[in-house]
Amino acid sequence: MTAPVVPDAAGAATPALRRTPLRWLVGVDRLAVAGAALLALIVLAALLAPWIAPHPEDGGSATHPLEALLPPSAEHWFGTDQVGRDVLSRVLYGARTSLLIAVAVLAISGGVGVVLGVVAGYAGGWVRDVIMRVTDVFLAFPALLLSLALAVVLQPSVTTVIVAIAVTWWPWYARLTASVAASVATRAFVDSARCLGVPAPLIVFRHVLPNSLTPVLVQLSLDGGGVILTAAALSYLGLGAHEPTSEWGLMVQQGQSLFTTNWWVVTFPGLAILITAFAFNVLGEGLRARLTR
Amino acid sequence: MSRYLIRRLGQAALVVAGVVTLTFVIMRLVPGDPAVAYAGPRASPAELAAARQRFGLDDPLPVQLWNYVRDLVTGDWGVSLHTRRPVRDDLFLAFPASLELVAAALVIAVAAGIPLGVAAARHKGRLPDLSIRLSSMLAVSVPVFWMALALQTIFSSGLGWFPIAGEYDTGLDQTSPLRVYTNITAVDALFTGNWPILTSTLHHLVLPALVLAAYPTGVIAQMTRAALIEESARDHARMERALGFGETAVLTRFALRPALNPVLSLIALVFAYSIVNGFLVEAVFNWPGLGRYATDSIRTLDTPSIAGVTLLVAALYVLANLAVDLLQGVIDPRARAR
Repeated sequence: MTAPVVPDAAGAATPALRRTPLRWLVGVDRLAVAGAALLALIVLAALLAPWIAPHPEDGGSATHPLEALLPPSAEHWFGTDQVGRDVLSRVLYGARTSLLIAVAVLAISGGVGVVLGVVAGYAGGWVRDVIMRVTDVFLAFPALLLSLALAVVLQPSVTTVIVAIAVTWWPWYARLTASVAASVATRAFVDSARCLGVPAPLIVFRHVLPNSLTPVLVQLSLDGGGVILTAAALSYLGLGAHEPTSEWGLMVQQGQSLFTTNWWVVTFPGLAILITAFAFNVLGEGLRARLTR
Repeated sequence: MSRYLIRRLGQAALVVAGVVTLTFVIMRLVPGDPAVAYAGPRASPAELAAARQRFGLDDPLPVQLWNYVRDLVTGDWGVSLHTRRPVRDDLFLAFPASLELVAAALVIAVAAGIPLGVAAARHKGRLPDLSIRLSSMLAVSVPVFWMALALQTIFSSGLGWFPIAGEYDTGLDQTSPLRVYTNITAVDALFTGNWPILTSTLHHLVLPALVLAAYPTGVIAQMTRAALIEESARDHARMERALGFGETAVLTRFALRPALNPVLSLIALVFAYSIVNGFLVEAVFNWPGLGRYATDSIRTLDTPSIAGVTLLVAALYVLANLAVDLLQGVIDPRARAR
């Protein structure tokens, strides 16, 4: 197994005495709490974008040529872009696009990967070999590369980004789940279920699957950041979201020639990508330190 | 060892076969007619038919796949639609430039990441550890294209410390022409004693290499830290402490070497990732590598070129993994059993 799960021994020193829910929350790596809080804030901003954005119409195709490229002020906290749209409003709406992509990709690739992985891990033998060889092939393509190739042949859009990234991401979950499920499958309660005559599909999905999920959940939250970065990169290359959608990578691309003269057009969407990816990574690191023990 | 070698080589060959098939399938999903893309939108039906004939587009798919594989093996990687040159020749020119950039970035990442990981493990749970962990998480979260734009704006356009774009000052081609052997400019310049071009290349490398080094530095620091902490909890470390070695000596003299094993395989993963991440850096700094070639190809929907880039990078990834596995098999006999 060469899954790139960085083993983290940070939790090794965590004493095993924190059992009550409150103590558990406090005892969780403080990083996890900080990451979760930051992420909750971003999700809230995305959900409430139409109400908290100072100029909701600017999230779409509105134009105000007379107000183009105004620097940050009390009226426009993050300034305005080339066509006079409020950058703060677009950054808030951009959170919707990015989180939508992240949730969709993680749901699709997580779902496919876990199902294939749990089957491979439980069945073992040639079934596992075939599934693992298929994942080997997909893993040979770095995510952005296969997404590039797919995005070229499909029409650029948010859906394309979701499909392209999900296609490259599922094998990680398949491999991870397979290795966990293989060890769960040897446990006594699985044997007893088999002896009682429980049909295999039921054993797999009722008993093996729920007991194999923890590391996958940790990996999912660690991967949120990677998906956000890949999606932004695809949009930056012009292979993802397009006008008038608010998308951070696209905003950076549209404003890049203005960086020297109008720094705010590029700086704020870039910071939004950085902070969101950071929140996912901090949460994932914290969860891993806590849950993998 | 030889049985392990054969099994591992067989696996790699199988993966490469899968990679070729998958690339072929993706490239056949193209919505437009490749014949139209080649012959141009105003081509007559006869010209279209000729183009179709030329690329064998009328054959059944399995036949096309077979021909594709045969061509690849014999070195015919197709003709690029936008440069009108053989894709293989284009790749021969573009890849060395990417390799130069990625190698520089990985040297920085290893030189910075491993000491940072050691320092974090040494001060585990205290302020230096927390700040190194947080900054390595920041480093893996930063969008490279944005960081590239920011550094370019600040240090090139603003302060004028570094050149804005390119691989070296092409004006130097007149005064001290470069004799080309490997196509890796820095290496050619070094071995032919072409100091003006060498210094110019290194000067141009600084910013893009730093940007590209951010992600690998972060993951290498995290991995080194985790592996060291695990290693320093083993019995041999207790023994060394009992013998009176200080904590720093236990980490650097005894725990570091076994801890570098997982770091080594991480570097192989990160290598392929960095080549693709480098595409974005190359786009910003106009670096004449695979990335610029790929982005040009995307703009012109140039499927043979994209397929070439995809195959090359995927094959590199398989090779890098194979190399690391074999190396680990040599270092650690237990790895062969897996």
